[in-house]
Amino acid sequence: MPDLDKQLYHAREYQGIQQIIGPLVFIEGIHNVGYNELVELRDENGHERLGVILEASEGAAVVQVFEGTTGLSLNATRVRFRGKALQLPVDTEMLGRVFDGLGRPIDGGPGPVAEERWDVNGSPINPTSRTYPTKFIQTGISAIDGMNTLVRGQKLPVFSGAGLPHNQVTAQIVRQARIVGEDVNFAVVFAAMGVKHDVARYFIDSFEETGVLENVVMFLSLADAPSVERLMTPRTALTMAEYLAFRENMHVLVILTDMTNYCEALREISTLRGEIPSRKSYPGYLYSDLASLYERAGMIENSTGSITQVPILTMPNDDISHPIPDLTGYITEGQIVLERELSQKGIYPPIAGLPSLSRLMKDGIGPGMTRDDHAHIASQLFAAYAKVKDVRALASVIGEEELTPLDNTYLKFGEAFESEFLSQREDENRSIADTLDIGWKVISLLPKDELHRISEEELVKYYGK
Amino acid sequence: MADVIGQVSRILGPVVHAKNVTRAKMLELVEVGEDRLIGEIVKLEGDTIAVQVYEDTTGLTPGANVYGSGMPLSVELGPGLLSAIYDGVQRPLEMIKAQSDFYIRRGVKVPPLDREKEWMFKPLSKAGDDVRAGQVIGSVQETQSIVHRIMVPPDISGKIRTIAAEGMTRIEKVIAVIETASGDHEMTLIQKWPVRKPRPIDKRLPSSMPLITGQRVIDTLFPVPKGGAVAVPGGFGTGKTMVEHQVAKWSDADVVVYIGCGERGNEITDVLQEFPKLTDPRTGRPLMDRTILIANTSNMPVAAREASIYTGITMAEYYRDQGYHVAIMADSSSRWAEALRELSGRMEEMPAEEGFPAYLPTRLAEFYERAGIAKTLSGQTGSVTIVGAVSPPGGDFSEPVTQHTKRFVRAFWALDRDLANARHYPAISWLDSYSEYVQDITPWWKEQAGEDWPELRMEILDLLQREARLQQVVKLVGADVLPDAQRLVLDVCELFKNAFLQQSAFDKIDTYSTVQRQFRMLKIIVTYYRLGAEAIQQGATLMKLRRIKSLSEITKMKFSIANDEMDKLDALQQRLEREMRRLGEIYAGFG
Repeated sequence: MPDLDKQLYHAREYQGIQQIIGPLVFIEGIHNVGYNELVELRDENGHERLGVILEASEGAAVVQVFEGTTGLSLNATRVRFRGKALQLPVDTEMLGRVFDGLGRPIDGGPGPVAEERWDVNGSPINPTSRTYPTKFIQTGISAIDGMNTLVRGQKLPVFSGAGLPHNQVTAQIVRQARIVGEDVNFAVVFAAMGVKHDVARYFIDSFEETGVLENVVMFLSLADAPSVERLMTPRTALTMAEYLAFRENMHVLVILTDMTNYCEALREISTLRGEIPSRKSYPGYLYSDLASLYERAGMIENSTGSITQVPILTMPNDDISHPIPDLTGYITEGQIVLERELSQKGIYPPIAGLPSLSRLMKDGIGPGMTRDDHAHIASQLFAAYAKVKDVRALASVIGEEELTPLDNTYLKFGEAFESEFLSQREDENRSIADTLDIGWKVISLLPKDELHRISEEELVKYYGK
Repeated sequence: MADVIGQVSRILGPVVHAKNVTRAKMLELVEVGEDRLIGEIVKLEGDTIAVQVYEDTTGLTPGANVYGSGMPLSVELGPGLLSAIYDGVQRPLEMIKAQSDFYIRRGVKVPPLDREKEWMFKPLSKAGDDVRAGQVIGSVQETQSIVHRIMVPPDISGKIRTIAAEGMTRIEKVIAVIETASGDHEMTLIQKWPVRKPRPIDKRLPSSMPLITGQRVIDTLFPVPKGGAVAVPGGFGTGKTMVEHQVAKWSDADVVVYIGCGERGNEITDVLQEFPKLTDPRTGRPLMDRTILIANTSNMPVAAREASIYTGITMAEYYRDQGYHVAIMADSSSRWAEALRELSGRMEEMPAEEGFPAYLPTRLAEFYERAGIAKTLSGQTGSVTIVGAVSPPGGDFSEPVTQHTKRFVRAFWALDRDLANARHYPAISWLDSYSEYVQDITPWWKEQAGEDWPELRMEILDLLQREARLQQVVKLVGADVLPDAQRLVLDVCELFKNAFLQQSAFDKIDTYSTVQRQFRMLKIIVTYYRLGAEAIQQGATLMKLRRIKSLSEITKMKFSIANDEMDKLDALQQRLEREMRRLGEIYAGFG
């Protein structure tokens, strides 16, 4: 198609649509439009809404309308096709601003004056262009730093449940996260999907208190916004993050909350389109779709910036095998799992000892990065805590009195591990050395010959000190 | 190439329908639209076709042209494959990077093999020789460790009219002309082969040699032979990728094809950064020299993910045909199955279990049957071993992909969530895993390690089974009430898990165990049990057994005794026997 023709097409406005089902609009008698391109719809009052083409066929299209279809009529709706995918203007001036899920300012300020507009769908990063993340980020939280170390460029989600303090934990990470001995150009990109106003408020206040607000870009699609808009929110946010990281060489921490709401919106659309459902009626492409978000993290050659992602999701019914946490866990580089049982015991942060994992930990710790004993003490803590769980199960059957002295020692260790190592205040920022020392303190409750994963030299150096 | 065969009529994500199609073949490679996105015809119906497109279809409009190629989706085979990294449809990622930025943009076209690179060709035949299909007529030193044998394509035979003399050549230059019944055939260093069609062999051979991986739980308990097929299922975080990496690094295959199918970008980067630094324990050359990487990460187009498995296995077969033992890692076959499901859904096919298409088992069978050890057309022995990771949703092994895969593989390394949580790696469960290949390779182990290998192996497996039963009792009443003989079983199994099954991929010594070392370590632990059981019968207590001096040495032997220090293990074995006998004698004296 010659370019002039194309331009003429994009100037063309159609009146009238054929069918509306929920957020989907079916339109016929149009020129041939491109898959995934942006659509503008105007209702009778001239109010503009945006949508995107889900399915294109000859002279017809299925459009998903982000702002919902309330108030649209079949005859009076006017439609224009932009001929390109949704784009986000990107500029460093957007730092400190608040936008909606589609990237329009909602803080009362003017739209950003940007020289560039980036396609929100992004493109896959060539694996050969990536650099492997190895820089340890100190979050000041022992359960993370000591046992599930976060590194720069990692995607590490928080698996939570309703009523658990995931917001507090995440806010604490944002406040405290830093690279030891480095002062850098950093930014936070915060995307809220379907969360309540007060949750967004909590984060804003927390950013304000720590004085980082000028370094935060927010994309809010809150609980009262149309659910379809949530499908675009993480994409606009990640496009912003990519610009800041890979063009402006900043270190960007991306918080996506709550991914469960995102997935629900995806299921809603999929069901309305009559697609063949997969597990729990989520679409078969849920994995690919989530991957297209989570994989937009990392570091690349030719740029000193990085994108570290901390998506938050609430596990429906605390079920970690539910498709949303399950597929997320298959894509992300580990997970921080919050546990109800710990939370009920009054332990904050209630980070579950065993199911939490950081896959990139092995490359971010050790001599020169954290401390030479880090890998072994972490592994030993995991092993010993696993044993504690066994002993507790046994104790609940036969009673603590019947346990062997060794088993009782394990119980003591378990208590100390939870109350001294895991547990800390919301404003407590522990250095990695402190974290490891506390780890040694609690592990030293166990006799030396139970510590199979620690070397002789380390025992001499740290045990019981 | 490039004839217009039809026009796009409908776009549904990666599936595109076209109409007014005149000449099209099932599974033909086509290009779609002005960006020339590549795709494959997956359905023909009257004058309409459905195409699965290997690239993002954003912006594609109805009415766009579809161009035919007359050929099925094929890969280029020739020197230069080793140490390269490709996407699912064999586009070279390194070269794409050189041409564009750090993203993979749509419509990039780069030939898979470097046209400019010069190779030293050595002829092994001469003009006038009669040659059969698959015969080796020359060679190229592809990497330091692999000689690339130049073979007559499988569908050609005849008499050599001319053949190039020894010298430098490029891959597209004609190196030989072969007179065939249907005219002259010009041979270059490249062959093309359709990915969905297995390359022909002379005949299959029975498997008898294990693929040695240096991982104790695998080699000793659940071995896989060269030419075997094994599945590695495990929920997220149980260490599938670590197992695949360890096998890719340490196995004694000549060539390794590693397919990152729908997995993480950073994992591929990890391989890319680590492998060139590692050396092959057998040849001393960089591991990358024997490795081909295929990376179709989870965010790359889903249709290319479906193709990546076939691209990989075809390359593996090509090196097998040259007489090499090839191991192929597919991480993860579930992502491939999900790609199949996604495409099937978009084509509006009737789903079977959990939305997967009804032909899922057929496709799985076709893939795993491409493993095997064979006499190749050139008369050599070569093999393809498949190690397929499976990612069951929720870690539930009863789901369709795991269940169907089980039907087509004969070894199963089940990864266990509890073991992984306790950071017991590799988290291969000794209760749920199995290998049906043990019989086939027992003679090899007897010859290479020791006559009593099968008995030792059976004994420890039996102990592990008994331990599992005892643990159920222990869970109810505690270990204290058990008699010493039974508590010894618990002790020995604990020892075996810590000192043998657990293997650290990050420890220099522990990461790889030779067959001889594995055998000796196994024997030491079984000896501790046998003599310990005797001593207890004679009246010794468990406490005494636990205080044996050599016990702490045994616990640490995996870290302290290296692969080339077999004499130290032998000495440990003797010390242990002496100590245990002495203990037994003391009590026998009372008895």
